[in-house]
Amino acid sequence: MTIEVRGVEKVYRMGEERIFALRGVDLSIARNEFVAIMGASGSGKSTLMNILGCLDRPTKGEYVLAGRPTHRLRGASLARVRNEQIGFVFQSFELLNRQSALKNVMLPLIYSRKHWFGARARARAALDKVGLSNRMGHRPNQLSGGQRQRVAIARALVNEPSILLADEPTGNLDSATSLEIIGLFKSLHAEGQTIVIVTHEEDIAGHALRIVRLRDGRILSDHPTANDPIHREYLRQAAIHAELAAAGTEARP
Amino acid sequence: MSPAKLLIGPARLAFQTVILALQQIWANKVRSFLTTLGIIIGVSSIIAVVAAMGGLRQSILNEFEKFGTKKVWIDGTLPREQRSTGSFRAVQLTLDEIIAIRENVESVDLVAPMYFGGYSIEFGGERIERVSTTGIWPEWHDIESREILRGRAFNAIDEAQARRVCIVNDRTIEELGLNLDPVGQYVALSGQRFLVVGVVETVQLSAMFGGGDSSAEVYIPFSTARELNPDGWINFCWAQLKDTSQADNAIAEITFVLRKMRGLTAEQPNTFEVRVIQQFIDNFNKVASAITLGAGGIVGISLLVGGIGIMNIMLVSVSERTREIGLRKAMGARPGVILTQFLVEAVTLCLFGGANGLAFGQLMVTGLRHIPGFPLGDAAIPAWAVVLSVGFSALTGVVFGMFPAIKAARLDPIVALRHE
Ligand SMILES: Nc1ncnc2c1ncn2[C@@H]1O[C@H](COP(=O)(O)OP(=O)(O)OP(=O)(O)O)[C@@H](O)[C@H]1O
Ligand SMILES: [Mg+2]
Repeated sequence: MTIEVRGVEKVYRMGEERIFALRGVDLSIARNEFVAIMGASGSGKSTLMNILGCLDRPTKGEYVLAGRPTHRLRGASLARVRNEQIGFVFQSFELLNRQSALKNVMLPLIYSRKHWFGARARARAALDKVGLSNRMGHRPNQLSGGQRQRVAIARALVNEPSILLADEPTGNLDSATSLEIIGLFKSLHAEGQTIVIVTHEEDIAGHALRIVRLRDGRILSDHPTANDPIHREYLRQAAIHAELAAAGTEARP
Repeated sequence: MSPAKLLIGPARLAFQTVILALQQIWANKVRSFLTTLGIIIGVSSIIAVVAAMGGLRQSILNEFEKFGTKKVWIDGTLPREQRSTGSFRAVQLTLDEIIAIRENVESVDLVAPMYFGGYSIEFGGERIERVSTTGIWPEWHDIESREILRGRAFNAIDEAQARRVCIVNDRTIEELGLNLDPVGQYVALSGQRFLVVGVVETVQLSAMFGGGDSSAEVYIPFSTARELNPDGWINFCWAQLKDTSQADNAIAEITFVLRKMRGLTAEQPNTFEVRVIQQFIDNFNKVASAITLGAGGIVGISLLVGGIGIMNIMLVSVSERTREIGLRKAMGARPGVILTQFLVEAVTLCLFGGANGLAFGQLMVTGLRHIPGFPLGDAAIPAWAVVLSVGFSALTGVVFGMFPAIKAARLDPIVALRHE
């Protein structure tokens, strides 16, 4: 399993008040899964994503990422996990406006222990992968919203992360551009990338293979979608089964 | 990992951190300049003060050098508390005392009493009233080491026979209209015929040493001077140290001899003064150090103010770039790296101020050097002042950049990313 979350709780303290953002979440995500997390506003989606992305630590529970328990790590070690295992895409892109697309994509490599050699070439390759090989020298304010999010995705991919996490990556984009971005996620998934996205939109989530629904900090449901080949096969067989069953009843005297 | 790779990682990060800091300063040119103004002023003023004191010191030392660093001044004078009542005449040096000093004081190899007078001098139709006329021993020439331009110096025979001979300076030649080579000519000094035997150079001392416009000077043998004015007295006496390191010994020994000859008891104060040029130099050095130290203190305060300015602007920078810090942390920047980034930025800013301060200081020093009539022609910035300014600027950056940098390093990535 790439991601193993067991009994994770997150409690925020605001003075006397305690806010339970996550109330015991168990979740396993295997390699090359494509998961969409859905739920009402305030249901704990971002809180969960931040914990998955090692940006935050659970109050209680365990989180094992690529075989390594991370819930006890802090500071520098947690930073290293973020740097080497995780690609994070934000709703509002979070690009450095004074730097070119290429420099933005190189950012994680500056802090990497493995990849200082050939950082530029890696960044170029990542931009090429998201279809921006002709925009490398542009600054974020010279790019469209969709292009900016592509730069951000290239940046998330450049360190070859175990998981690509995206918190409402299409939240700031129009529907056509959103489809482009989701298409990009699908092709990355086809190449073997493990992907978890948070979204509010059913049709965006419909492109994933699995949908996890949260409510009040708990998992409400966890289903494969019609896109999942195994699920599709199951559905096909179930349909045949149903058909056969129907035929059987008809054949009965 | 190979050792080379282990080194390249941090080196590359350091390089990028510096580049980033420079970009940041460049992006906020005006703000950076204004922020570092305190440091610029601090560094440039200490540089200017140090250079000016150095220049002043050099020119004063040169002056002392000209004056003679081995000279000892011996003078009969009343102790402070007897000045209003006692007789000055009674405490003047006597020839016996001077001879006693010459015979008994080991640390001194020459003594030369000075017997002043002011007489009229006449030549042809010209007459000058009250020309400074000094009776000297031949030893005077060795102590003063003033060049004899023409003719000869005094010798023992002039002194022994109290000959009517004189040595004049070039101003006397001009004012009296003597021959350019007056050796062999006769002048009337106080109505008596004197043979000019030599011409001595005039040493121009600066106003600080009682110099000024040069005037006519006439020298005659000591014994002759006493004959011209039997009621006069020895105004003071020069002695010359065998070696400059003997200054303290000389003072002690001369004091001992004079006290003994004057029969002073242990309770009685000295009725004379013994002073060594080295003391003046030491005193001056003390004053110069005190001034430099005082200026250093003022500069310390301005560096403090400058440092607070740096801290302020770094805090502004941290809060302006909170999102960027959050992003960098989300991308895997360790807290130490963020700390280093902001420290390097503060230090770079301070060094930028320090460099500007040095440049501005150099400008001021060049200005000082060219003020006419100022004894600062030798003013120059010493290397240690450069090193110290750069060092203190960097230190200011580290000290005052630390708090903002720690603040940045401690930011929580999520909180930082949510910041607007
Ligand atoms: N830093 C915080 N301090 C206090 N409470 C917080 C904090 N962050 C989140 N919460 C609370 O935790 C709960 C879950 O928040 P979260 O951001 O995970 O929701 P979400 O599902 O991402 O919502 P949205 O769809 O609006 O983004 C909410 O009730 C929120 O108010
Ligand atoms: Mg959210």
